[in-house]
Amino acid sequence: MKKQHLFDNPRNIRLLVWLTCATCAGLFAFDFIFHRHVTHPFEHLYGFYAIYGFSAYCLLVVIAKGLRKLVKRREDYYGDS
Amino acid sequence: MIASLPPFLVFFVGAVGVLVCGSRVRAAVMLLTPIVGGINLYGLADGWDLTVFDLTLALVRVDRLSLLFGILFHLAAFISIVFSLHSRDKLQQVAALVYAGGALGAVFAGDLMTLFLFWEVLAVSSVFLVWARRTPQSRAAGFRYLSVQVVSGLLLFAGITIHYFDTGTMNVGYIGLDSSASWLILIAFGIKCGFPFLHNWLVDAYPEATPTGTVFLSAFTSKVAIYALVRCFPGTEALIYVGVVMTLFPVFYAVIENDLRRVLAYSMINQLGFMVCGIGLGTELAINGAVSHAFNDVIFKGLLFMSMGAVLHMTGTIKSSEIGGLYKTMPWTTGFCIVGAASISAFPLFSGFVSKSMVMAAALEEGYPWVWLALLFASAGVLHHAGIKIPFHAFFAKDSGIQVSDPPVNMLIAMGIAAVVCVYNGSFPTLLYSLLPYPVSYVPYDATHVLTQMQLLMFAILAFCWLRLTDREPHDIPAVNLDADWFYRRLVPSIMGQIAGALSFIVMGARAFRRDLSDAAITFAEHVFGARSGLAMTWLTRTMVLAATVALGLVVVVN
Repeated sequence: MKKQHLFDNPRNIRLLVWLTCATCAGLFAFDFIFHRHVTHPFEHLYGFYAIYGFSAYCLLVVIAKGLRKLVKRREDYYGDS
Repeated sequence: MIASLPPFLVFFVGAVGVLVCGSRVRAAVMLLTPIVGGINLYGLADGWDLTVFDLTLALVRVDRLSLLFGILFHLAAFISIVFSLHSRDKLQQVAALVYAGGALGAVFAGDLMTLFLFWEVLAVSSVFLVWARRTPQSRAAGFRYLSVQVVSGLLLFAGITIHYFDTGTMNVGYIGLDSSASWLILIAFGIKCGFPFLHNWLVDAYPEATPTGTVFLSAFTSKVAIYALVRCFPGTEALIYVGVVMTLFPVFYAVIENDLRRVLAYSMINQLGFMVCGIGLGTELAINGAVSHAFNDVIFKGLLFMSMGAVLHMTGTIKSSEIGGLYKTMPWTTGFCIVGAASISAFPLFSGFVSKSMVMAAALEEGYPWVWLALLFASAGVLHHAGIKIPFHAFFAKDSGIQVSDPPVNMLIAMGIAAVVCVYNGSFPTLLYSLLPYPVSYVPYDATHVLTQMQLLMFAILAFCWLRLTDREPHDIPAVNLDADWFYRRLVPSIMGQIAGALSFIVMGARAFRRDLSDAAITFAEHVFGARSGLAMTWLTRTMVLAATVALGLVVVVN
């Protein structure tokens, strides 16, 4: 029988995703408990870094997909070299 | 006590040793070179002035900054040599040692002319690491790489010459941006450093080099440029914005790139951007940040290039669309790659965390909130392409069905050393901080910094999970993505082609005209000199005498 590896079992993947969600929830909650020292007014906002991280990542993917439409060419575009 | 040798000399002697020795001894010479070089660094002092004509070359000038880069380059050379120890390719071995020596020569150079000489050594030696792949692609990319490096050298030479006539000094020191010479020098540095639109040689050539060659390449050229910028252009405001652009645009390209070593090359420009930004800010905190990030980047980027090199070495491909699921058969490489990915993403306890944040803190302190926001965006971008994409697509994602094992043990050891340095510098930054040019008061591990960084990174990972599960992540597509190299690989050749076309039209026209002309000439000649022409007739002697007499008579009359 073929050896079962860690992520061959979908349960493990689900577990990892749930673990990520739980960590994020915990980190977000810290913003309300713990008073951060801040330099910039943006940082005062609850969950600023969390929201910024999430939206930056999504925005990045959206822009990159747009860029791909613009710059993608066949692999042999420049010939052999 | 024996006086220390110039650091570059140790490597050049090593290169000669490799050139003349048999293959078993060669490996020992390779390994010993950075070790002997490292010992040689202790007690290294100013000296070794060389007078050529009326020019004095200061070969060794030591201060905290050059010593930091000296230590870094020895460490990087050692790790890269261990990684390439299985290779028997003499060409690469000699090129690598000369290249590392060139980098050391440049950072210990006391005057600009010496810097220029080693600048050229870097260019010429490194191209052999690209050519050593011995494919048509690497040959072409190598030539493009060399052309760009030569242009950088020429600009530097022109800049240095004008600078010398303007100021009368050749010292490697603050230049600033107030003369035409300084602009030439800045652009020369900028080419090697991957400034926007001057960056393409890097993403073009590095992925075409050999699996081991790229590891060397990633360590030296661009870091020498960072060193030179710290020396000559600290606090130049334009560099802040150049740096920000460098952190931003490569992340978009990295997301859609299919060749994973090219993803890392884009990622390299992104990391150089943080350093350039720090140099532009120019405060003690920012310069410390830039320099310590250069140190950490050499190690973690080297680690990532090593892990991808190992995959390429074992599977024969590094295209994201062709590999995946390798964690099953390459567990050690997977682990080391994840350490590199965590370091570049700046997770707490990993090296990026203690250095990148200094630049970002300096941006806020100096009143550049928009720069800070942009750098924060770029940090999330790093997580995407280097933190997640590289390990995920190579080792997880889909199962490519490729069955290989972990790479040769020397490769694993090299990756292991780099991984240990990453974790050590990240967890115990005191040693690294003690080497920096300015005293460090920055405290990386406070609750706010750890919390905010974890929030940023974990929510970006959450975004990845969401996009991946809803099939919104960009797919791996085998393709070429147009970048600034389009100008010289497509536009210029196409214009040249059109000019050549127009020229050939003119040439063809000219040929046709010449043909007509020569036909006419032949007809004329046949008419005059041909068998039936007057000149070919048999003339009587007396006619000849008469003709000669008439001719002579004419001469007399005319005179």
